[in-house]
Amino acid sequence: MLVALFPTLSLVTVIHAQLCQPDAENAFKVRLSLKTALGDKAYAWNRNEEYLFKAMVAFSLRTFSNKETIEISNVLLCNITKRVSFWFVVTDPSKNQTLPASEVQEAIRMNRNRINNAFFLNDQTLEFLEIPTTLGPPTEPSTPIWIIIFGVVFSLVVVGIVLLIMSGIHKQRRKSKALTETGDVEDKYETVVTIENGIPCDTLDSKEGRINRAFAADGEKLTSL
Amino acid sequence: MVRLVLPNPSLENRITTLDELETIEKEEEASRPKWDNKAQYMLTCIGFCVGLGNVWRFPYLCQNHGGGAFMIPFLILLVLEGIPLLFLEFAIGQRLRKGSVGVWTSIHPALKGVGIASMFVSFMVGFYYNTIIAWVMWYFFNSFQDPLPWSTCPLNQNKTGYVEECARSSSVDYFWYRETLNISTSINDSGYIQWWILLCLTCAWSVLYVCTIRGIETTGKAVYITSTLPYIVLTIFLIRGLTLKGATKGIEFLFTPNVTVGLRNVVEYVKSWTQVLFSDSKVIYSETNNNCEMDAVIVSVINGFTSVYAATVVYSIIGFRATEKYDDCFSQNILTLTNGFDLPEGNITQDNFEYMKALYNATDPAAFAQLTFRTCDMNSFLKEGGQGTGLVFIVFTEAITKMPLSPLWSVLFFIMLFCLGLSSMFGNMEGVVVPLLDLKIIPEKWPKDLLTGLICLGTYLLAFIFTLNSGQYWLSLLDGYAGSIPLLVVAFCEMFAVVYIYGVDRFNKDIEFMVGHKPNIFWQITWRVISPIIMLVIFLFYFVTEVSKELKYSVWDPAYDKFPIAEEKPYPGWVYVVVVFVVGVPCLIIPLFALYKFIRNCYQRKHDQQGLVNAYSVPSVNGELKN
Repeated sequence: MLVALFPTLSLVTVIHAQLCQPDAENAFKVRLSLKTALGDKAYAWNRNEEYLFKAMVAFSLRTFSNKETIEISNVLLCNITKRVSFWFVVTDPSKNQTLPASEVQEAIRMNRNRINNAFFLNDQTLEFLEIPTTLGPPTEPSTPIWIIIFGVVFSLVVVGIVLLIMSGIHKQRRKSKALTETGDVEDKYETVVTIENGIPCDTLDSKEGRINRAFAADGEKLTSL
Repeated sequence: MVRLVLPNPSLENRITTLDELETIEKEEEASRPKWDNKAQYMLTCIGFCVGLGNVWRFPYLCQNHGGGAFMIPFLILLVLEGIPLLFLEFAIGQRLRKGSVGVWTSIHPALKGVGIASMFVSFMVGFYYNTIIAWVMWYFFNSFQDPLPWSTCPLNQNKTGYVEECARSSSVDYFWYRETLNISTSINDSGYIQWWILLCLTCAWSVLYVCTIRGIETTGKAVYITSTLPYIVLTIFLIRGLTLKGATKGIEFLFTPNVTVGLRNVVEYVKSWTQVLFSDSKVIYSETNNNCEMDAVIVSVINGFTSVYAATVVYSIIGFRATEKYDDCFSQNILTLTNGFDLPEGNITQDNFEYMKALYNATDPAAFAQLTFRTCDMNSFLKEGGQGTGLVFIVFTEAITKMPLSPLWSVLFFIMLFCLGLSSMFGNMEGVVVPLLDLKIIPEKWPKDLLTGLICLGTYLLAFIFTLNSGQYWLSLLDGYAGSIPLLVVAFCEMFAVVYIYGVDRFNKDIEFMVGHKPNIFWQITWRVISPIIMLVIFLFYFVTEVSKELKYSVWDPAYDKFPIAEEKPYPGWVYVVVVFVVGVPCLIIPLFALYKFIRNCYQRKHDQQGLVNAYSVPSVNGELKN
C-alpha cells in the first residue's frame, strides 16, 4: 500500500509543480519588501510565513466565492527567492485545474486590507504584480479648508476698512463742527488744518514774527552807512 | 571736469531758495503727512526696494550667469549705479520737497513728462503685481491642511490611477497649472473667469486698500510688519534649510564661480542687471536736514544683502530638493535592478550600484536588457531651480512637501512672499496717488480715502484679465516689458535732468546745506559720467536685441508631444501692439511732452507774454501781520 502511495504522491507533486510555474496560466507573482516596510523589526520569511500566506489566500477565496471546500493545500507556491518573491496558483479542489485568474484577483482585492495587515505590510510593500490596487480617495471635508481661511481673512480686512473709513469721517465731522462753533467764516475749508493763504493758522500765533514775502528783504534796498 | 549745464533760466522762480527752506519746513510741519519716526521711513524705503525679485529673480540670474562670478559685477554695479541713483532721488526729493511730478516740473516744465512716465510705469507694474499676491494668497489659504493639496495627484474617475495630466507631469505642476490657473493653451484662448482666483484677487486688493487708505499714515504702521517679517522668515528657513540633507550642495552650486558660463551670453548678462538694479523710482522725502546720503547707502546695501541672503536660502532648499529627487531616482533604479533579478533587499546600495549593474549585465545580458534605468543627474535637478512663478509655486512647494511639518513651512513661506509683495505694492500705490494729486486732476476736496479707494477699485476691475484661463500669459508678458526698459529710461532721464538741467553745482550746494558736507568725488564722477553711461549701454543692448527678435512664450499644453516640457510658441501679432504700447508710452511721453512744452513756449514768446508767476498775497500793516 505504501509502495502504491509513493508514486501517487509524486505524481500529484509533479502535477502540482507543473501547475505552479512562473508565467503559468492563472498564476500570480507576489513580491514582499520586508526590510523597506519594517526596517529592523523585519521578520524572516520562512515556511511558517508561507503557511500563513496560503491560509490568507484560501480565506479570501472562501469568503469571496463561498466555496467552503477550498483548503490550504489548494494554494501552491513556487519559485521562492530571497527577494522575497514567489509565484502562486490556486487549484480547484474538485478538478485538477487552477482557478481562473479573474476569480482569484477579485477575491484578493476584496480582502487586500486583511492580507496586508496579517503581514504588517501595505499595498506598496506586499505587491501582487498583476492585481491593481484600488486607491483610496483622499478625504475631502465638505467645505474646502481654503474657503474658510479666505472667509476669516477677508472679513477681518473688510471690518478694518469700515473702521478706518468711519474714523476718518468721524474726524472730519468733528473738525468741521469745531470750525462752525468758532464761527470763523474765512477758515471754512474742508481740510483738517485751517490754512490762510498757505500758512497754517496756528503757526501764525507765535510771537516770533513772520517773514512777509510781499516785501523784499530790507537789507538790499538800503545802502550801508 | 566737464561742467556742462543746459540753460535753465527761470529755475529760480520755480524752486524755493535754501533760506526759505528752513522756514517753510517749520511752517508746513503740521500739514505735511509724515512718518512717526526715522525707523518707519527707513522701513518704508527698504520695503519699496526689496520685493519678490530679490527672492525669485536674483537667485536664478546669479546661478545662471556664473554663480560666484556674477556676484562681483553685481556688487560693482550696485556701487556704481544703484547707490548713486538712489542718493540722487532721495536728495532731489528732499531738496524740492515735492512728489514725483512736482520735482521734475520744478526743474524744468518740459520735464513733466518724466513724472507722468514714472506714474504710468508704477500703474502698469501695480496692475499686474497684485495678481501675483493674489496667487500667493491662494497658496496661503490652501496651506492649512495636512497633507498639502499639491503633494498628491487627484484620482481619475474610475479610481484606478491618477489623473493623466498629473501623472505625466507632477502633482505640484498639476496643482499650479490646472487647479490654480486652469491655464489654456494659448494667449488667444481667453476662456472664462476662475472664481477662486477672483476671490483671492478681491482679498489682495482689499488688503492693499486697508494698508494704503490714508497714505503714509497707514502704510507707516503696516511696514513694521511687512518689511521685517520677510527677514525673520528667511532666517528661519535658512536654519531649517541648513539642517536638511543636501542643502550645502545647493549653496555650492549657487556660488561656484563659472566665468565662462556667465560671459557666454553677454547680452542676457547685461540685461539681467536691469532686473536686479532698478526698482521703481518713487520720490519720497523726509525732513530737510535728514542725512539722505547715509539713507541711500544703507537702503542699497540692505537691498544687495537681501538678494544674496535670499539666494542662499533659496538654493539651500533647492539643494535639498535636488538631493531628494536624486535619491528617489537612484532608489528607483536600485529597485528595478533588485526586482529584475529578485535579489534580497539591501544588497544593492548607492555605492555598489554600478558594480552590481556591470556584474548582472555580464551574467545575464538578456534579462538585463529588458530593464529600463532612469538617468539620475544631480546637476540637472539643481538646474531645475528656475525663476519667477516656476521657482516659487512649483519647485519650492515641492521641496516643502518633502520637509516634515510641511503646512507650517508652507504658511511661513507664503506669508513672507505676501509681505515682500505688499511692501512693494505700497510703493506702486504711492507712485500713482502722489502724481495724480500733483497733476491736480483730482479735485482737492476729495479725501485721500476716496482717491485710494477709486484707484484700487479701478485697477482691481482691470485686473480681471488675469483671472481668465490665459491670465498667466498676460502677466508674464507685462512682467517682461512693463518694468524693465521704461524704468531704465526714466532713471536715465532723472539723472540727466538733475545733473545737467538742474545743475550739479547747485545740487552739490543743496546737499551741503541738507547733509552738512559737499558730496565727495565718488558721487561727482558717478553722477556725471559713469552711471549715465552704464544706463545707456544697458539700454542699447536691450534695444538692439529685443527689437530684432521674434517674441516667444512658453505654453502649458498637455497635448504637446514633449509634455511636460513647455512648448515655445510665438506671440500672435496683436501682442506686439500691446508691447509697443506698454514700453513705448512711458518712454515717448518724455520727449513728446518736452516737445509740446517747447512749441507752446515758442508760441507764447511770439506774443511777448510771460507766464504768470505764483505769488502769495499776505495781508500786512506796517510789517505786522493781522490775524
